[in-house]
Amino acid sequence: MSRDAPLLARYAEGLFWMARYLERVENLARLIDVTQTFESPGREAESWFAMIRINADEEGFAKRGLLPTADNVKRFYLLDRDNPTGIPASLEAARTNARTLRPLISTEMWMQMNVFHRDMLSIPESELQGDRLSRLCGRIKEGVQAHTGITEGTFFRDQGWDFYQLGRLIERADQTTRLLDIRYHLLVPAGVEEKRVTELTQWGGVLRAAAGYHAFRRVAPADFTATDVVEFLLCDTSFPRSVALCVDELESHLGQLRRRYGLRGTVAALERAEELRAGLKGRSVDAIISSGLHDFLDAVQRDLISLAAEIGTAFFRDWRPLAA
Amino acid sequence: MQSSQGAHVALQMTQGLRPDPFQDYDPGRYFCELLRDRADGGVAARVRARLADIGISALHARAAAAENDLINLGITFTVYSDATAIDRILPFDCIPRILTAGEWREIEAGVKQRVAALNAFLHDIYHDRHITKDGVVPADLVYGNANYRPEMERFPVRFGTYVHICGTDIVRDEQGRFLVLEDNARTPSGVSYVVENRHLMQRAFPDLLAGMRIRPVDDYGRRLLEAMTDIAPEGVDHPQVVLLSPGIYNSAYFEHVFLSREMGVPLVEGADLVVEEDRVYMRTTAGRRAVHTIYRRIGDDFLDPTVFRPDSMLGVPGLIGAWRKGNVTLANAVGTGVADDKAIYAYMPRIIKYYLGEDAILSNVQTHICREKEGLDYTLAHLDQLVVKPVGESGGYGITIGPRASKAEIEAARAALLADPSNWISQPVINLSVAPTVTEAGIRPRHLDLRPFAVTGKSTWVLPGGLSRVAMKEGSLVVNSSQGGGSKDTWVLVDETPAGEAAP
Repeated sequence: MSRDAPLLARYAEGLFWMARYLERVENLARLIDVTQTFESPGREAESWFAMIRINADEEGFAKRGLLPTADNVKRFYLLDRDNPTGIPASLEAARTNARTLRPLISTEMWMQMNVFHRDMLSIPESELQGDRLSRLCGRIKEGVQAHTGITEGTFFRDQGWDFYQLGRLIERADQTTRLLDIRYHLLVPAGVEEKRVTELTQWGGVLRAAAGYHAFRRVAPADFTATDVVEFLLCDTSFPRSVALCVDELESHLGQLRRRYGLRGTVAALERAEELRAGLKGRSVDAIISSGLHDFLDAVQRDLISLAAEIGTAFFRDWRPLAA
Repeated sequence: MQSSQGAHVALQMTQGLRPDPFQDYDPGRYFCELLRDRADGGVAARVRARLADIGISALHARAAAAENDLINLGITFTVYSDATAIDRILPFDCIPRILTAGEWREIEAGVKQRVAALNAFLHDIYHDRHITKDGVVPADLVYGNANYRPEMERFPVRFGTYVHICGTDIVRDEQGRFLVLEDNARTPSGVSYVVENRHLMQRAFPDLLAGMRIRPVDDYGRRLLEAMTDIAPEGVDHPQVVLLSPGIYNSAYFEHVFLSREMGVPLVEGADLVVEEDRVYMRTTAGRRAVHTIYRRIGDDFLDPTVFRPDSMLGVPGLIGAWRKGNVTLANAVGTGVADDKAIYAYMPRIIKYYLGEDAILSNVQTHICREKEGLDYTLAHLDQLVVKPVGESGGYGITIGPRASKAEIEAARAALLADPSNWISQPVINLSVAPTVTEAGIRPRHLDLRPFAVTGKSTWVLPGGLSRVAMKEGSLVVNSSQGGGSKDTWVLVDETPAGEAAP
C-alpha cells in the first residue's frame, strides 16, 4: 500500500474552498438567526442592516438599488443567487468545488451535497417570514453539520483532510470575529440600567448564535460582563468556535502537512498563524476593548486573509500557470 | 403450472385484479430480447413472472425512486443549450436485457477479433502499408483521411496496441443475428453506466436479481488499471497512471470521475500537467510528480496545442513531444480515428480476413461500397430501400433513408452518387431488435443496441455485457443519449442452466 499518494494542487485548493464556503453558509445562517432575535420593534431595518455592514456588503447591496429593509436584507443573503456573499452563491461554489473533487470525496459526501444544494436553491419567499425564518436557518445549519459529520466519518485522512480543515478553520475564525462585531453595530438604549440589561441580552444572543451560551455559563462568573463574553469567543481554547482554538488547530494542520507529508512551504503560513496567536494572547481583553474591539477584529480578519494567501501561494498557485 | 395458477387466483381474490403487465406487449415482427425462445435456462420466463408479481404500478414507483437516486448521486451527463447547463440522468429501464452464455461467447469472440484486426490494421498503415499496397483497402481512403496522423508513422506502441479501449456498437436484426454497426476506437464512452446500472438494479430491484447467475461487471476498473500499467513506458517500476479529462463542464465528466475512482488514479485536467524536457509531470502540493500513462478522454485534436489545434485550452503543450520520446503512453494512441471511420468500416470484413486469415465472427451490416462498380449499380437500383451515407468524417450529414425519402430526395441522392461515387456507401435499413420497456402506457417494445467494451494491454478482455441503449420513443431507432435514449442493465448468464432457482 502506498502511503505517499500525491495530491493534485488543484484538489488541495478545491478542498480548502469547499470547506470555507460551507462554513460560511453555516455562519451566515447563524448571523441571520441572531439578527432576527435582535430585531427591535419599529427599528427592524437598522438591525438587519448591521448584517450588511459586518459583511462589508454595503456596496453590493447598494448596487442593486435596494432599500435597506429587513426583507431586502434577508432576500439578499438567502435568495439572491447573484450575491456572491449570500448563501445560494456560497453553496453553489461549494458544490462546484465538490464536483471537481468528485474523484476524491466519498460518495456519501457528494450525495448529501447534491441534495442539500438542490433543497437550498428553491427556498420559497414565504420561509423568510416570522417564525419560519428561524426554522429555515436551523435547516441550513443542519445541512452543513450533516456535511461535516459525513466528512468526519467518511473522508480519507490523507493530506487532503488537512487542506479541508485549513479552509474550514480560517473561515470559522473569520466568522466568529464577524459575529462579535455585530454587537458593535447594534443600537443600545440610552438609560443606564436599561442599557446594561439590553447589552447582556444581546451578548447572550451572540453566544447562542455561536452555540456557546451554555458552555459560557458554565465557565463564566455569575456577574459576567461583556469582557467575559469577548474573551470567551476570542480566547477560550475549549470553545470550538473561538478564534484562539481555530488558530491552534490551523497550526497543528500546517505542522502535520510539513511533518507527515514533507510539504515545504508551510513556513510563511505558520508565521502568520504565530502572529495571530500573539495578537490574541499578548494583550488582555480589557485592553483590546478599550482600544477598540471593532478595529481589533478588523485586524484579525486581515491576518486571516494573509494567512490564506500564504497557503495559496505555497500550495495552490502552481497548477494555474497563467495566474498572476 | 397448476399451483401457480391457483396462487394467481388467490391473489386476485385478496387484492383485486392485477393485470399481467405483458398483456398488451407485442413485439411484432422484431426480435424480442426477452420473449424469444433461447437457451437461457428459464431466466427470461422467471424475470417475466417476477415483473408480473411486482406489478406495473410498483414498477413505475420503484423506477421513479431509482431515477431519483441517480439524480442525488449525480450520475448525470450535462446537456448544454444556450446559456444553461442541465444535469440529466440517462433514463434507466428496470427490465434487464438478457444475453445467454452462448450469445455472449459469440459477441466476445467477435469483439476480440475486431480489436485484433483494428490494431493490426493501424500498425500496418503507420508502418509498411501492406494492406494498401495489396489493394485491399484504397490508399486514398486511409492516407487522405482527416483522422490519419502522420505523427504516428514508424512510431512503436507497446504490444502493438493502439486501441486500448474499444466500444463496438452491435445491433440485432429480425432473425436475431448480431451485426456490427460501428467501431468506436477513439474515446468510447458509456462503460460507467454498465456498472452503475447493475448497482442500481441491486439497490432497487433485488427481487428481480435474486438467485440469478449473472456475470459480474465491477471488475472493469481493475482490468483497466492493469492494462494502463502494462502499457506504461518500459523500465518504470511503479508507473503513475492518470485520467485526463476536459473537466467538470464536459458532458461525460461523471464517467471520467467514475473511471478515475475505479482505477484509484488522479483525474487530471490539462492545467494539472506540465511537460519539461520531454517528460510529463502533474502539479501536486509537493511539487511536480512524474506521470507515465495517460488515459485521455480528450480527442487527438485537443491533446497538444503546439502540434494540433493551437486554440486548445484542454491539452498540454509538449505532450506529443514527450510521447514521441517514449516517456509517456497515451491511451488510446493518437491516430486511431482512421480505423473506426465509416469509410474503413465497410472494409472491416476484408481487413479481418487480411490480417487474421479468418472470416468475421460478427458480420457487418451489409454495406455496398459505391466506389466499386458492383456496389454502385446495386445502390442505384435500390435507392428506395437503402440508407445512403457519405463516407469520410462528415458524420450524420447527407444521409438519405430510402424508405422515408421523397422522390425528389431520392433523385438528389442519385445525382450525388453519380457525381462522386467513392464518397458513398449504402446499407439496408436494419430493423433493430426490441426489448420490453416500462413506459407510461405499460410495458412496450422499444428498439435497442449493445455496446460491449474491450480493454487491451498485453491481451484483450471484454467486459461481460456492455451498454444496452434503448430508444425510449415509440418506433424510434435512435438510441443516443443526447436524443433521449435510455439504458438497461445487461445480464450475461453464467451458463445454460443456472442453479439459483428450480425451474417451475
